Amino acid sequence: MEILGLLTDGVLVSLMPINILLIVIGVTLGLFIGAMPGLGSVNGVAILLPITFLVPPGSAIIFLAAIYYGAMYGGAISSITLGIPGASTAVATTFDGRPLAMKGRASLALVTAALASFIGGTVSNVLFTIFAPMLAKVALAFGPPEIFALMLLAFATFVGLGGDDIPKTILSICLGLVFAAVGFDEISGAPRLVFFDIPGFLHGINFLVLAIGVYGIGEMIWTIESTRGEITTTEAKMSVKGIVNDSKEGMKRGWKGTAIGSFLGFFVGILPAAGATPGSLMSYGVAKMVARKPGEFGKGHPGGVAAPEAANNSASTGAMLPMLTLGIPGSPTTAILLGGMVIWGLTPGPRLFIEQPDFVWGLIGSFYVSNFFAVLVNLAFIPLFIWMLRMPFTVLAPLIFVLSVVGGYAATQDMHDVWLMLAFGFGAFFLRKLDYPLAPAVLAIVLGPIAEPTLRQSLLLSSGDATIFFTRPIAGPITIIAIILILLPLLKFIRDKFSGKTKREV
Amino acid sequence: MKITKRLFVKLAGATALAGALAGPAAAWEPTKPVDFVIMAGAGGGADQIARFLQSVAEKKDLMNRPLVPNNKGGGSGAEALIALNTSRDPDHTILVTLNSFFTTPLRQENLGIDVMTFSPVAMMGVDPFILWVHKDSGITTFEEWLEEVKKGGYVMGGTGKGQEDSLVITYLEQAFDLDIKYIPYKGGGDVAKDLAGKQVMATVNNPSETKGFYANGDVVPLLSFSDERMEAFPDVPTLKEKGADFSYYNQRAVVGAPGQSDEAAAYYQDLFETIYETEEWQNYMDTESISPLWLSPEEQKDYWATQVERHKELLAAMGE
Amino acid sequence: MRLAEIITAGVMALLSIYLMWKSTELNVGYITGEGPGGGAWPFWLSGIMLICTVMIAINWFRRTSPPSRSKEVLLDGYGRRTLVLVGGGLLGFIALVNIISMYGAMLVFLVYYLRFLGRHSWTLTGILSISLPVTFFLFFEAVMRITLPKGMQFTEPFYNYLNTIIY
Repeated sequence: MEILGLLTDGVLVSLMPINILLIVIGVTLGLFIGAMPGLGSVNGVAILLPITFLVPPGSAIIFLAAIYYGAMYGGAISSITLGIPGASTAVATTFDGRPLAMKGRASLALVTAALASFIGGTVSNVLFTIFAPMLAKVALAFGPPEIFALMLLAFATFVGLGGDDIPKTILSICLGLVFAAVGFDEISGAPRLVFFDIPGFLHGINFLVLAIGVYGIGEMIWTIESTRGEITTTEAKMSVKGIVNDSKEGMKRGWKGTAIGSFLGFFVGILPAAGATPGSLMSYGVAKMVARKPGEFGKGHPGGVAAPEAANNSASTGAMLPMLTLGIPGSPTTAILLGGMVIWGLTPGPRLFIEQPDFVWGLIGSFYVSNFFAVLVNLAFIPLFIWMLRMPFTVLAPLIFVLSVVGGYAATQDMHDVWLMLAFGFGAFFLRKLDYPLAPAVLAIVLGPIAEPTLRQSLLLSSGDATIFFTRPIAGPITIIAIILILLPLLKFIRDKFSGKTKREV
Repeated sequence: MKITKRLFVKLAGATALAGALAGPAAAWEPTKPVDFVIMAGAGGGADQIARFLQSVAEKKDLMNRPLVPNNKGGGSGAEALIALNTSRDPDHTILVTLNSFFTTPLRQENLGIDVMTFSPVAMMGVDPFILWVHKDSGITTFEEWLEEVKKGGYVMGGTGKGQEDSLVITYLEQAFDLDIKYIPYKGGGDVAKDLAGKQVMATVNNPSETKGFYANGDVVPLLSFSDERMEAFPDVPTLKEKGADFSYYNQRAVVGAPGQSDEAAAYYQDLFETIYETEEWQNYMDTESISPLWLSPEEQKDYWATQVERHKELLAAMGE
Repeated sequence: MRLAEIITAGVMALLSIYLMWKSTELNVGYITGEGPGGGAWPFWLSGIMLICTVMIAINWFRRTSPPSRSKEVLLDGYGRRTLVLVGGGLLGFIALVNIISMYGAMLVFLVYYLRFLGRHSWTLTGILSISLPVTFFLFFEAVMRITLPKGMQFTEPFYNYLNTIIY
């Protein structure tokens, strides 16, 4: 009950006029930061941090939460309107968001994303309020073998995401995983795959460099070339009535995805090493699996937008849990928030809930309020983003290219990565023409840097004995489910092959 | 690229000469945002310190141009060192360092980095290390710990081979004839979490990264690697008390890019001295258990020279 | 397209071999009691890539994949022109960043694309190519405090002047 009182206080403080103003400004700023490819909540929170000294800590926290939420909503916007995932958490949103936009249903995709994000955020706020201290123990129980098993599961949910050409899909996955290994080997502490000794490779290949190269440059050139430059992106109309209708349709077709994303996202999000990206990827995969017509996914199904968006929003709130209860940052953004808390004189860790309850619940209270305003502001801006899509393609295309170049630079602040991005763009263009699926490579480069170290840490723990993934009480079941999921389509493929009706012969 | 760099160095030299001839001109001030490079990724101890320093500068309005934090943790800090070494504008480039400032150039000799060419700015303090175990292990003293480790199959976590904590662990292994299995993690926070989650049995970690779990009673400090007992841990003995002449600290220092002009260096030295003396930084050192160790620029250079030699020995002992 | 398919497979095979070779800088085997060495992950995955390229080549030979049956050319005249004009434009854009700064390069690229590829009016070209760099400058340098490349030395006085305005 005491918690409820503190939470209500937090909400009431957030609802003071000056704080509402801060929230609206923060959410709007966050929305644009998130919508900008290459920038995400981490940048928004980082710029705000020094300001936390200048305003009262209470308002600083609220402003921070507002930017955080705004940026999470914003990620979907570039995925849908530009086709470039602005952050790794929004990769899965492009799978169905982009096709919807190309069909002229951008507003349906944007509305669905906004509503799913709102529900995901709310569900996780509630789960957080009720279970936070208890779940901290769950997060601690996840060591390297458990995280690796989870990554295996994330890959498993994505079997069948690629094209019909199996060798090309596997090649794409492996390429992404190898690129993920570039830079530095944490386990042996030695540089690795530093091509031609170029120092730019030392920090590895950032996910955004590959994603912007593939989607912002390769896919764009391909679109211009394959449509002979006569592309009309969308004839989307915008009206209040249209948005209401889209909301209805989005929720009707996307409720399942939203539900899956909200819960799965939260539980994956609370694990410090995993975070929002695997959460949103797995939610997409599961939503596709349980859909009545999985074939519609990837061609523009609102459920395919709702699941990852609900999940990444939910997971982003979930990622606050290890930060607040254990003092462990689950993502770069929470890492910076953690630094901020130290600056405010708080000690994040197991004692925080006991010693600083007003801070914790004040923060959670401002999450509830920020989430609410974020969905309103987001819906209000949808017409603007649709309007952007109605620009002639010869205006939109250079804008996307400029955003890509600037975003490619801003992600790591290194020109090396901009050149690399251009190289990936050209490579992706040719591979795209030859039916190589590239989404698997982009996913692999996100999951690879989590999967490889945890695999090797686990094997170090077990002295090289791989049964560690089966014998541990949490890792075991997850590994077995993952293996079954991977084998199912393979068995089906073999069966089909023997009965002589392979898809590839079509 | 080469030509412009050489040209620039010449130009810089010429300006410095002209400045010297013209006598003391107006004090140097940055004309553009200062590239505040961090030798580690977002969220680690070094990153937190850098952002704290930036915040203090901002709050006190100490600079006419902002410090812009720039994480370059790749290759165990190699990326940051290269960035400074090849900086086209050394007057606007400074670096927040930790001990990889010494170890990385030694371990990756092909980088061709000589830290002695860097420009000393400020030593903001040194971070001591402590040996931690989980409370459920029942171990409360270093002697008990030694016994337990000698039984074999002991697993410790750390931030990677050649990193600060691994040097300490290697020293312990050799001095006390132990055989410890070492699991590398991405950062000190992950290490602390996996100790609390009992994935590993013990760690050597900075107090700042473990103090949350310590406050909650999840982990127990056994031994500190400081010269004297630490104020925050008066009951924890030092390794020196146990008869081994060994102490180890992580430096929290700011350095300037090689080729930085004396005027610019003086500006940053002043700036960080002001920050050092603020109540904010003093409090921060206190809460994070960082030991003060203020050094003048000349003393910093001497300190670097001794640390480079010391790390050569430590790395050699590791078989690197 | 048929020719392009086998050439691409060949290029990917070479890439895989290069990656495998590069991975051998670290131990690619299985260290007893420790698990795979530092180079094992990229080495064996590149190995799988190599096998995949062989399978792609087999599919090409048996003509079982769509591109290997396609009679179309990979890039017709229009495709080549697009690639040269758009891709070349991007290449020029990025090359200019190091010389006349991100903002200057952006302006040149926008003028090039809008006016010469898009054939828009000078008015629209002018408005967009000036307002966009200005907006980006204010957003990145002033609000976000992210510094974008400023090009070579000669731009410095100009940006130093702008800095006195925004800070």
